[in-house]
Amino acid sequence: MLKRPHHAAFGSVLLLGLALLNLPDNVAIQAKLAVSSLFLPLFGLAGSVHALAAQAGNTIVPRRVLNERIDQLTKENLQLSLKAAQGEEALRENARLHQLLGWQQQSPWHLKPARVVARDTANWWRTLRIDFGKRDGARVNMPVLCPEGLVGRLSQVGYAMSEVVLVGDPKCAVAVVIAETHENGVVTASASGVLDHRLVDLTHLPRNTALKPGQTVYTSGLGGVFPAGIPVGAVVDWRSVGYGLYSEARLKLGADSSRLQEVMVMLP
Amino acid sequence: MNWLQTTSLLVLTFMAVFIQGTWDLPHSWLGAQLSLLPSLVVYAAIQTDVVTLALVSVLGGLWADSLSANPFGLSILPLFWLGFMLHRWRDLLLRELTYAQCVMGIMAGVAVPLLTLLLLLSMGAHPLLGGWSLWQLGVLGVAGGCLTPPTFWLMERLIATFSYQPVKATPFRADREIKRGRH
Repeated sequence: MLKRPHHAAFGSVLLLGLALLNLPDNVAIQAKLAVSSLFLPLFGLAGSVHALAAQAGNTIVPRRVLNERIDQLTKENLQLSLKAAQGEEALRENARLHQLLGWQQQSPWHLKPARVVARDTANWWRTLRIDFGKRDGARVNMPVLCPEGLVGRLSQVGYAMSEVVLVGDPKCAVAVVIAETHENGVVTASASGVLDHRLVDLTHLPRNTALKPGQTVYTSGLGGVFPAGIPVGAVVDWRSVGYGLYSEARLKLGADSSRLQEVMVMLP
Repeated sequence: MNWLQTTSLLVLTFMAVFIQGTWDLPHSWLGAQLSLLPSLVVYAAIQTDVVTLALVSVLGGLWADSLSANPFGLSILPLFWLGFMLHRWRDLLLRELTYAQCVMGIMAGVAVPLLTLLLLLSMGAHPLLGGWSLWQLGVLGVAGGCLTPPTFWLMERLIATFSYQPVKATPFRADREIKRGRH
């Protein structure tokens, strides 16, 4: 049988829940960021423990292994330096041609590293929390990358922490172009594959597309959020949909969000 | 209200949300992020009073939503509704039995995400849903069933550690005392 305190508790929680759900968007975002900042000390502690464990692991690596790794990295560094020099020359040539044609110069990417501190607690969203906020110059909609490709964009920005909505989430559609065929499409959330979270859908492709598995996909720059040329992933397979009116492909993302420890935020 | 029990439960809830946000291994292996919140709400509903249940539901829901793209406060109502129903009928439940705790855990593990999703859809949101969402619900149900009895055990151990130990019975009995001399 229900007693008076039960009625009071039920009514209070119901009212509180409804009031919170009806908060204005900006107030709800600020409240959410304020509550999530309670976890900051624990995130810091977890990061320190992780760093200490990595340091402890490094101390027990034999000297021979370290020397081999140094040799390997030296060779790799030499090759990359040569490629960078070649790339710089191509960039200079590109800038000269842009100037001759009177086209707008593409600004270089300014990247700042950030650490992934938490992942979404719900199963129906794909988001991350990073320790990069307003104090570091973060703003909403800034692209987030990793060496393998596009990760997502900043959707909520707090003072010391931000929310990244990942490619493959319903709130993060990306306009892309297929490098080999120059066809444009849109990357959207996938309704297939529970165990492979890297699979997403590539929609709005033309009917007579010449797609092949393995073709690479880059951001097209359309939409204005993501600059052109960021690698996104590779085509897995494709099919004709809408009674043959257009095509749809499955795309394997380059960035594996479940393994990400660090990302880079692209500043303007 | 037992403050020790309430405080221990809230600390455990906070740690559970933190682990849920930082430990991604279950999601990588099973395709679903496990949650300890339904198990904690079952414990709060069965073993504590309604104020503690409300605190666990409100704070647990707010903490979980703050690390998620869910609208702020969304998880409070499903958690509290489930807890309230269990609390109302707790005298009829065989709550001391591990089997009963398992069944309640399974029910809570499925009901909480299902109610949250229904609430989310009624608000016009478009979460990631598909055939595999059934798989995720199944995983959450099994996880709820497996995690609820250890939650009961852990809370009982925690409370026993920080409270007075019960006095052990001695062989002395006042009614068997031999009284000598005149009475």
